[in-house]
Amino acid sequence: MENSALEKVASQVRRDIVRMVSAVNSGHPGGSLGCTDFLSFLYFEQMHFNAESFSMDGIGEDLFFLSNGHISPVWYSVLARAGYFPVAELGTFRKLSSRLQGHPSTDKKLPGIRMASGSLGQGLSVAAGAAQVKKLNGDKGIVYTLHGDGELQEGQIWEAAMYAAANQVDNLIATIDYNGRQIDGDVEDVLSLGNLAQKWQAFGWNVLEMDGHNFANIRENMTKAKEMCGKGKPVVIIMKTEMGQGVDYMMGSHKWHGVAPNPEQLTAALAQLEETLGDY
Amino acid sequence: MEFEILGNKDTRSGFGEGLAELGRTNPNVVALCADLTGSLKMDAFQKEQPERFFQAGIAEANMIGLAAGMTIGGKIPYTGTFANFSTGRVYDQIRQSVAYSQKNVKICASHAGLTLGEDGATHQILEDIGMMRMLPNMTVIVPADFNQTKQATIAIAEHQGPVYLRFGRPVMPIFVKPDAKFVIGKADVLAEGTDVTIIACGHLVWKSIEALNILREKGISAELINMHTIKPLDVDAILKSVSKTGCVVTAEEHMMNGGLGEAVSQVLSRSFPCPQEYVAVNDSFGESGTPMELMTKYGIDTQDVVNAAIKAIARKA
Repeated sequence: MENSALEKVASQVRRDIVRMVSAVNSGHPGGSLGCTDFLSFLYFEQMHFNAESFSMDGIGEDLFFLSNGHISPVWYSVLARAGYFPVAELGTFRKLSSRLQGHPSTDKKLPGIRMASGSLGQGLSVAAGAAQVKKLNGDKGIVYTLHGDGELQEGQIWEAAMYAAANQVDNLIATIDYNGRQIDGDVEDVLSLGNLAQKWQAFGWNVLEMDGHNFANIRENMTKAKEMCGKGKPVVIIMKTEMGQGVDYMMGSHKWHGVAPNPEQLTAALAQLEETLGDY
Repeated sequence: MEFEILGNKDTRSGFGEGLAELGRTNPNVVALCADLTGSLKMDAFQKEQPERFFQAGIAEANMIGLAAGMTIGGKIPYTGTFANFSTGRVYDQIRQSVAYSQKNVKICASHAGLTLGEDGATHQILEDIGMMRMLPNMTVIVPADFNQTKQATIAIAEHQGPVYLRFGRPVMPIFVKPDAKFVIGKADVLAEGTDVTIIACGHLVWKSIEALNILREKGISAELINMHTIKPLDVDAILKSVSKTGCVVTAEEHMMNGGLGEAVSQVLSRSFPCPQEYVAVNDSFGESGTPMELMTKYGIDTQDVVNAAIKAIARKA
């Protein structure tokens, strides 16, 4: 896909995000906006999947697990824009009886979602299990995950990291949303991750570093990551992003992690984001 | 009714045999273990199906997540570790990645309760039935002996959805016939009686069989129900029996809070209020000792079932 086309998708997804969270005065816009370019690339260029007839088992498809489930707005928007369910359903986000729960769930059968997430740190284990079954089934699909950087403070992530390397789960590509922010402030101040690249290397992973807001750089690294698959090591991509990317007043702070814009702030945000594919 | 002792074995060995048989008959069954393969008797499966056996190491949270992920693609994962590490340690992982996500994971837990013995209270979980039966979508099974544990292990592969299967370490008499059919949610009436209904699960079923004989000598006719499935509970079997006997004893190797007894109380209070006595551990951690010493000290032995039955009968009318 042309970069300009990806930019159009991303702009619309960002509009969806701020409108969704503003409508219910809740949700997590900051990380959602920061991961918009990555998820747009993943679903509009990188992954092979069947959006029209979603199957839980996803045989022959690439799979994606969102481990940091609180950035559900960006995932829901991308899933809808990729054809998994009607775009109009984005208007039900966080409302009673909606399939678009505050954090992703499977119980309401929203196409595209294979695992509940929200309680952090569980997605890498799930993805490693799904990846091993793909190998067992002779399925060439690749399993992708996304994690917050604050989420890496959860111990289970490192259990899974150790396991995936020891068992050569080499059809697994994990991406870290390295925005340096979490609820209580900067990750560095709350609980430093230390040298993150060296940690993953020491755990036995192939490590790539990527600019999460540059489609050319995303393409280059995602292509590299795919090429690394099947060679004995899982792959992690440390993706530098800006929380709140695309909405000026949300950038440069952790403040908009879990706060929705009010109507005036929404107007100011939408003025910065071109409507490219039609609002829901 | 006389009970024929068919042999003496531990229930965990029933799990091991059932799992090995599944390995031979069901290509979708995979097994995961957290460094307790020998203790869980999973070695046969590991040896015969090495490509479908996954050693998670001492990392139970990851093991539960792996198992949840392995259902995606059609596998039926069986996880094996001690009951303490199968539940309390990984409650949130089970809650989100298994129960809420409706994944077809079979959580198989050995060394449950006091009868783990000498290792002491750190390993003797007495809260696991309560934790697991509180989770929506979860089926909770506590088989009574070696044969029934083997039968249950095989039966749950055919059940779509999360299951908690609880068994233990001590060698106990076998009394369930080797060809008995295990039906999830359908209690076994082991003895018919008219004075009191004893509802038991796990190792307490054998203790209750022993109690039956003592009660008979005292002229008391007790009905005995093996409630191997705690959830969904066989409400019909309970009501059918208590409408005849008018009082109940529940017996389990578990905390009084949250266990089989409470589940039965819920049925009685709604549909047939009547005296109930609890044979269970009363709000206490265990300690080191032999399994049988501990059962006696913590009030879950044969004599405790007898005393509870006499008390329940005395409270009638």
